[in-house]
Amino acid sequence: MSALAPVSPRRRRTDLLARGLLAVGTLLALVPLVLVLYYVAKKGLGTWSWSFFTTDPTGNFLGSPGGIKSAILGTIEIVALATAIAVPLGIGVALYLVEYGRESRFAAVVRYFVDVMTGVPSIVFGLFIYITLILSGGVGGFAGWKGSLALALLMLPIVTRSAEVVLTLVPDSLREAALALGAPRWRVVGRIVLPTALPGLVTGSLLAIARAAGETAPLLFTSTLALATTLNLGTQMNSLPAVIFADVGQAQDRLVRVAWGAALTLVLMILVLTTLARLISRRSRFA
Amino acid sequence: MEAGALSVRGDRSVLGRSPLSRLPDRALKWGLTGLAAGILVLIGYFFVRLYIEANPAFSRFGFFGFAFGNDWNVSANHYGALPLLVGTIVTSAVALVIGVPVAVATALFVTEMCPRRLRSPLTAMVELLAAVPSVVYGLWGFFFLIPKLRPAEQWFADTFSFLPFVGGHVAGPNYFIAGLILAIMIVPIVSAISREVVATVPSDHKEAALALGATRWEMIRMAVLPYSRAGISGASMLGLGRAIGETIAVTIVIGNAPNIGKQLFDQGYTLAAVIANEFGEAASTPIHRAALIAAGLVLFVLTLLVNLAARYFVVRGTHGRRPTPELVATAGEGAG
Repeated sequence: MSALAPVSPRRRRTDLLARGLLAVGTLLALVPLVLVLYYVAKKGLGTWSWSFFTTDPTGNFLGSPGGIKSAILGTIEIVALATAIAVPLGIGVALYLVEYGRESRFAAVVRYFVDVMTGVPSIVFGLFIYITLILSGGVGGFAGWKGSLALALLMLPIVTRSAEVVLTLVPDSLREAALALGAPRWRVVGRIVLPTALPGLVTGSLLAIARAAGETAPLLFTSTLALATTLNLGTQMNSLPAVIFADVGQAQDRLVRVAWGAALTLVLMILVLTTLARLISRRSRFA
Repeated sequence: MEAGALSVRGDRSVLGRSPLSRLPDRALKWGLTGLAAGILVLIGYFFVRLYIEANPAFSRFGFFGFAFGNDWNVSANHYGALPLLVGTIVTSAVALVIGVPVAVATALFVTEMCPRRLRSPLTAMVELLAAVPSVVYGLWGFFFLIPKLRPAEQWFADTFSFLPFVGGHVAGPNYFIAGLILAIMIVPIVSAISREVVATVPSDHKEAALALGATRWEMIRMAVLPYSRAGISGASMLGLGRAIGETIAVTIVIGNAPNIGKQLFDQGYTLAAVIANEFGEAASTPIHRAALIAAGLVLFVLTLLVNLAARYFVVRGTHGRRPTPELVATAGEGAG
């Protein structure tokens, strides 16, 4: 009955082979994930203890290297300030692009350069801040807030581009309805556009935060390292990535152990952020 | 509710707003425009400052003398960035050769082959690769990958020593290990964008191929790949941009030897790694500092060019379709 010629064995074999290769490729992509997470968990859990989280690094050449309290708090403080800078600015620029700039030439240029910023290596942002705020000497030396600025530069394009996409998804009919009822533009933005897009904006910001929290390079010569916990963003500040990087460089088992513990802490912090971002974006898919 | 404010004065219509109530509107518009303009100014300013600070190195060694001089010698205060440039290129090339096929295979598998139920968990897992910080990859690479892979590398070097740039003694930290780590790090971005691109292939094309009797692989080869070639090239170039700029993981596993390695398994250095590593000591020597900033400038320009090309391909490859929020949000951390 069938008018179709059966698939020749050769073609069938090629098909099977190619499909097998694609599956193997996918498996290969997942191998490092499993290995990294397993290894970090195994090595990291062994170093965790109550005092690991409640004491500062001692910096002693011998004996107990101490915990990572100052690094955890430092990371939180630096990233919090960076978020406070980058998220409002990034959403502001996105609002301009969506509500006012739209297809204008200036908006296209801004969009273009925001894209350019996404591609700038994070260490170059660190260099920028070092040159403008530390080398020039006007505002003192290394400081936590300068690390925040470097991270904010890194986050800004991510926040902007994700916010732009989310804001464009807000249906124009909503804006038009509000405008037709006589609401001024700024109220439309504040009462209609932003609340509607809120979950998407939160997701984008959380992903940007997760990205910034794991960055080492921009912090190396902006906030650098410290031992003691400090709440003063005007001084040098410890952070998890910086601690890990510094401790790997020391060929001492006791410091490497600290690095593993800090790595597990950092990975878990970032996983929580990305999972949260995912949950929020899944629960709200307007469009 | 605001009707009280809408009294008619002069020639203004009842529906018009008073100048005062239009003020916040204006303020918002110009405030946001100013913000956007500020970004442009910021980028321009950084570029100029970077150039000014790097200039001592360029004027001392000449631009080409700096970029292509094969001598990075801190103690002699002589800086030629060729060994770093070579390191950056070699490691990124290794990353692309390993990472792109795996990433594209993942994208094709997820979109064209795997059962629908597996799709989103698989996607999520590949994206998790991007959630692991660079420094953690470095830590893992140094204490796990380097010792575990060394025998295999040595075997490969001995067996295939007839190939160019293979053979001889395998160093612990080397170009290959750095490239491998970079490959792992670029898989999420390349696969996420490839997935977006592959998803834009019209189902008509695919169904037509299947209806003509093509096997699944033939359908992928004849309908999916030609249509998404530009987009996949763009995705790979974005991955390349990533690989070039990646700093910390590479710094930990490349060995930081400022020479051009003779083979794949030699120690080396990259532009980004040298900045991360030497900046602490460089603060006191102006010419060293200028040389590192110049290395940063070269890195900046290099990634800029690669990303511009990538952007061109991706826009062409997605055929103008708007990307999903997560894809953009992550800017390399994968799509939802």
